[in-house]
Amino acid sequence: MGESDRFEPLIIGFTCNWCSYRAADLAGVSRMKYPPNVRLIRLMCSGRLDPVFVLKALAGGADGVLITGCHPGECHYLEQNYKALRRYHLLRMLLTQLGVEPERVKLVWASAAEGGRFAEEVGRMVEDVRRLGRLNWPAVAADGTEPGDGQTPNAGHVHEAEPVVAAEAHQEEVTP
Amino acid sequence: MSTNGAKPKLAMYWAASCGGCEIATLNIGEHLLTVDQVFDLAFFPCIADFKVSDLEAYADGSIDLCLFNGAIRSAENEHMAHLLRRKAKILVAFGSCAYEGCIPALANLTSRQAILRTVYLENPSPDNPAGVLPQTITKVPEGELTLPAFYHTVKALDQVVDVDYYVPGCPPESEQIWAVLQTVVAALSEGAPLPPKGSIVGAGQAAVCDECPLARHEKRIPRFYRPYEIVPKPGLCLLEQGLVCLGPATLSGCGALCPQVGMGCRGCYGPLPGVVDQGARMLTALASVIDVSGKPGDDEEALARRVEEAVSTLVDPAGTFYYFSMAHSLLRRARVQDDGQGERHDATDHH
Repeated sequence: MGESDRFEPLIIGFTCNWCSYRAADLAGVSRMKYPPNVRLIRLMCSGRLDPVFVLKALAGGADGVLITGCHPGECHYLEQNYKALRRYHLLRMLLTQLGVEPERVKLVWASAAEGGRFAEEVGRMVEDVRRLGRLNWPAVAADGTEPGDGQTPNAGHVHEAEPVVAAEAHQEEVTP
Repeated sequence: MSTNGAKPKLAMYWAASCGGCEIATLNIGEHLLTVDQVFDLAFFPCIADFKVSDLEAYADGSIDLCLFNGAIRSAENEHMAHLLRRKAKILVAFGSCAYEGCIPALANLTSRQAILRTVYLENPSPDNPAGVLPQTITKVPEGELTLPAFYHTVKALDQVVDVDYYVPGCPPESEQIWAVLQTVVAALSEGAPLPPKGSIVGAGQAAVCDECPLARHEKRIPRFYRPYEIVPKPGLCLLEQGLVCLGPATLSGCGALCPQVGMGCRGCYGPLPGVVDQGARMLTALASVIDVSGKPGDDEEALARRVEEAVSTLVDPAGTFYYFSMAHSLLRRARVQDDGQGERHDATDHH
């Protein structure tokens, strides 16, 4: 597969305002190169990250989610990043059960001085997710049939209504 | 059964359900007499002999109120949902299965193939040497036999048809059912206003904790316990004692019955108003009170391991957080690798 037609994962990144967003900023102003696959959303704190954000990103078609925050002990809001850490580990257990590979959701600590670390971690994650391939959750959630099991719907007995949520997710899906 | 055509018509139907909703409905006791006085039973296969052909013969919109309980797990369930939607003026997703998937939707953690294999081939009880699996169409000398298709993904009622109201609960509490019936009766007989379409009726407004009498303090939980592992201290919040209780993330209306007898809330009344995903809400609440923290300069990997150790005492987060709301959750189901060769990669085997 050539450079141009390889799979480009779509990753949603949540950064905290005080350290990790500044790390991303530093990477930018220092002209460090990292893959353009991450769409960053700035939160005030990693502790603001509701797991719903992650689930919604995945349900809407993202291939991975990057969560970044200040190093433990350096949170602008004292210990909210510890909460983020606990949520993250519980969320990973949950996602594993739901068939999402743990590599698709990653937590990275980066201080405002760690532009290089931020760029490196993004690069590593993009490669990891590229190896895993597309997640394409809208298709998973809409899946009403499995091919080849002889369970074809009875004639005149079925309305294959596309579930509303999945249909919306299809429309909102962003192709990288 | 009255044949008085002037009375409003009531239907109650079960799709993928256990029958508990019907029992809870019949448990309204002497109010049943009022229900019989007010309504004409149009379709209620659990308690009287109605045929689908009876229902098909009714004019569209001729049933005033249909309580639909049970999830949508087969083509037949979906067909009946469409049929009842056509026949009923007010269609109520009645009980947790119709509202948000409930126990049947836990099947979304595995695959249709795996379920059929377990039930028809791998369980010790079936005697099935030819490995016969149910087919939607089977040709026999006498003609064709048909069965409704068994879905891969269990859905809530509102994921296949338009729903007017939701009554949560597994099952809904009988006094709540009676309150809902009274609201409808008042609307039909006196023209009293009905709640806005899409409302959750027969429930409270706050969290289960709000009506729970157990004493609460600041929570710091070093680890979780499963119900069989400890005997909870009476009178004290179960969550504080490390027993998972979905009270903080669950809508009130049940009277906090489970926590009062030492069993943590399982979440059957569904999410609080404005919450998109009940499981994520509970995950957040639990992660906030896990007592693992650190100080500046701590080794980050060691800290992560300590957190991992603490959260891993919560066995089966997906089944716990989405006990009742899997079909309505943001992800709706697990992504299951099923090779169809008898190898089973069950999404629930996470250990």
